[in-house]
Amino acid sequence: MAKSVAPATATKTRRELERAVVRFAGDSGDGMQLTGEQFTTESAWAGNDIATLPNFPAEIRAPAGTLFGVSSFQLQFGSQRVYTPGDRLDCLVAMNPAALKVHLADLKPGGLLIVNTSAYDKRNLDKAGYASNPLDDPALAERYRLHKVDMTGLTLEAQKDLPLNAKEKDRTKNFFALGLVSWIYTRPLEPTLEWIGKKFAKNKDVAEANTRVLKAGHAFGETAEIFGEHYTIEAAEMPPGLYRAMTGNRALAWGLLAAAERSKLPIVYGAYPITPASSILEELAMHKRFRIRTVQAEDEIAAVTAAIGASFGGAIGVTGSSGPGIALKGEGIGLAVMAELPLVVFNVQRGGPSTGLPTKTEQADLMQALYGRNSECPVVVIAPATPGDCFYIAYEAVRIAAKYMVPVMVLSDGFLANGSEPWLIPDPSTLPPMNVEFRTEQEGFFPYLRDPATLARPWVRPGTPGLEHRIGGIEKQDVTGNISYDPENHDHMVRTRAEKVRRVAQEIPPTSINGPATGDLLVVGWGSTYGSITAAVERAQADGKSVASIHLRHLNPLPPDLGHILREYRKVLVPEINSGQLVRVLRAEYLVDAVGFNRVRGLPLMSDEIHDAINQLLGERQ
Amino acid sequence: MSSMGAGAGPGAAAAPKYTKKDFESDQDVRWCPGCGDYAILSAIQKSMPDLGVPKENIVFISGIGCSSRFPYYMNTYGFHTIHGRAPAIATGLRLARPDVKVFLVTGDGDGLSIGGNHMLHVLRRNVDVKILLFNNRIYGLTKGQYSPTSELGKVTKSTPMGSADRPINPLAFALGCGATFVARTVDRNIPHLDAMLKRAAQHKGAAFLEILQNCPVYNEGAWNVLYEKDSKLQFELRLEHGKPLLFGPQDDRRAVIMDGVVAKVVKAKDVPESALWVHDEKNVNAAKLIADLFAPEFPVPIGVLSAIEGTVYEDVLLEQERRAISDRGPGDIAKLLTSGDTWKI
Repeated sequence: MAKSVAPATATKTRRELERAVVRFAGDSGDGMQLTGEQFTTESAWAGNDIATLPNFPAEIRAPAGTLFGVSSFQLQFGSQRVYTPGDRLDCLVAMNPAALKVHLADLKPGGLLIVNTSAYDKRNLDKAGYASNPLDDPALAERYRLHKVDMTGLTLEAQKDLPLNAKEKDRTKNFFALGLVSWIYTRPLEPTLEWIGKKFAKNKDVAEANTRVLKAGHAFGETAEIFGEHYTIEAAEMPPGLYRAMTGNRALAWGLLAAAERSKLPIVYGAYPITPASSILEELAMHKRFRIRTVQAEDEIAAVTAAIGASFGGAIGVTGSSGPGIALKGEGIGLAVMAELPLVVFNVQRGGPSTGLPTKTEQADLMQALYGRNSECPVVVIAPATPGDCFYIAYEAVRIAAKYMVPVMVLSDGFLANGSEPWLIPDPSTLPPMNVEFRTEQEGFFPYLRDPATLARPWVRPGTPGLEHRIGGIEKQDVTGNISYDPENHDHMVRTRAEKVRRVAQEIPPTSINGPATGDLLVVGWGSTYGSITAAVERAQADGKSVASIHLRHLNPLPPDLGHILREYRKVLVPEINSGQLVRVLRAEYLVDAVGFNRVRGLPLMSDEIHDAINQLLGERQ
Repeated sequence: MSSMGAGAGPGAAAAPKYTKKDFESDQDVRWCPGCGDYAILSAIQKSMPDLGVPKENIVFISGIGCSSRFPYYMNTYGFHTIHGRAPAIATGLRLARPDVKVFLVTGDGDGLSIGGNHMLHVLRRNVDVKILLFNNRIYGLTKGQYSPTSELGKVTKSTPMGSADRPINPLAFALGCGATFVARTVDRNIPHLDAMLKRAAQHKGAAFLEILQNCPVYNEGAWNVLYEKDSKLQFELRLEHGKPLLFGPQDDRRAVIMDGVVAKVVKAKDVPESALWVHDEKNVNAAKLIADLFAPEFPVPIGVLSAIEGTVYEDVLLEQERRAISDRGPGDIAKLLTSGDTWKI
């Protein structure tokens, strides 16, 4: 194949695009996540808005060449706002037959299909279940712009005089793909070259190999006759400022760091490793300077109860997990509700039930968050809308938990956790104040004496003279905190705990409406579907439809203005990655005839399908 | 600093002169008449003034069960938590507040059944917590089901034809978990209970004290071997560091000796002094053999089986934090946010 490379005889056409969706797919060992991340960084340098979707198997080292071992990284980048990683692909890089088989259906007709021909051997074709080589089927090249490139051969050729073994040389072929796709979309190579320099500072040969291969891929696009045109995507108009790429899990962790700094309190984070939440624990463990104390607990129950013990001691107790772990934490959360101690619980939702789809996304734990504990056990529930929003949500969770002496559940998900976006770095001094006060005054002290505005009981640090007191999971008399089995007192306490959570509504800003304040249809979303919903609604608005959307960051309590807003539209649509959970809450709470749009595939919702659902609902005649 | 260095941090106020009354809360004690817990409560309240710790710096944590009502009756800070989880709560508390002294009150069900996993890990990590495990070999609060320390074949409401599971030995369990302090005492031996409480309180790290306790309602006489005058004389083995393992009446003194790697009972007069097994609290392997001794084949040991030094979990973590801060300064979120790869628009 290398011989087919000829100097370009004609200037290649460069076409401007508004946006593009690219997916790198290959074997788990092909380095597709790294390739995607580097391509994301290059696109950030180019000033585009970006949304990413990493997708990888749960198996750590899945057998090579198999369908379930395929790993992929998708991103959408554009000169306009980009809300989602994209529905259909403009470009698919399929490093092996399994990747082609798994992902081809997502490529738009006429889309760019780039394959590494040398991986399409008998063995890999067999593993992917192809009876014959799909690249030989003329229909493939008719339907897509197929580019057959011997990436392995060209990769080896580029490094032929380097003192590395064949395996080491072969390992760099993902950078050939990266160089080639970078040329196709006119991405700057500098960030990747810098990354190589830093990453392999101690191994000059490997650094040289990766540099050469990256440039070889780029040059191949430039010189090979097969690529007739390539593309530019202008920088997006984004609010000015300093940006960084931010993933949801890192943002949750950094939100806690900000909360620790502003509250001047240590944070004890209890966690048991679980996908996709583990990286929060790992990130926090690197920041001991913020007085973040991480406990890798023996199990999920110990993780939440260690956090509760820390809160009892006057630190901020936080625990994080995914759905199955949250199920185990239920009794502990109940204790925090009863003891009226601050507690923050991160749930990075994944496909379920049971072990389910550990590496895939879902938002089916809303009911669990709201009701998944014994008895009347209300907690505050909030959810971030984007990866960067996780920073603000984590900070807000700590602020509310400490102010109201109440557990706060944060519902993130696998898509937000691993997805990244260009994030406008905030000035931390603009974050809301976090004034945590501990009671020291002995006069008139009772453990369950309440603040009239928040109903919070006083937080007392053990070690405070004269305020020795006992709390626990048994029902207690209001004010005194003494054990009480009195029926009327229990009824009063059940209502008081609920009212305390309800009062968090005073913290919720007016709901922002994307579109007309009254009209035919309101689309209501929560969590990671923000991007898909917004993109779909803006498209419908551009079509001239009377459609608006709102996105709920507060799920318990719900925003005080929500009931009023819902009644301003003829119809209400609630898209969710579950079988219809928020929609039930809205119907029960407000008696509105809200309709769900639900897909539970372990994937984000596509904006196309939401757009279709909007049209369908609007098309129905009353 | 007081003798209770592990509890009160540097600069902590010296404790006032307390009496037992200072540690009694205003709550009515609600255990059954005759319950062994009364004696334990009274002994603990009485020993507290001698610890030299200001009472605001003392926290009692418990799980669920009869014993776990304990914190309500102590005029210190207290947290009555959920079934089995007290060790994890205490771990989080110690990590947040290394300056407070933490006692953990649990039972055979709470500590070794539903909370067995947490007990394992609090001992393994050697968190600086004083664990008082009241062992009555029965579930009392749920009205009389067998417990993980009940003897095989125990007939209870849930095992009308006798229990099918072999009991666990709390001392052997604790030693197997790597506990750095393991001791046993009895609810009806107040001076010994008092001495053991003080030893446990002074230990740096996790201290595990099994307190044999009588449940007069559901398991009366479970520890008769140490309650009845005659059998106590026959079977009680007082462990004392540096002293031989001798027990029994003066006129029929017996010795536990090591026969290979097996414990064996002989008449004391039949063996030379050099053959006696001299108790060494630092010898964990020997402690593991002692833990398994029980009547009627062997005596019932009480006292400190093992007391060794070990790295304390929260000390290590907090030292890492201090080092991180002294090496690179306290965290600065504004700096962190703008660190690494950023770009301007």
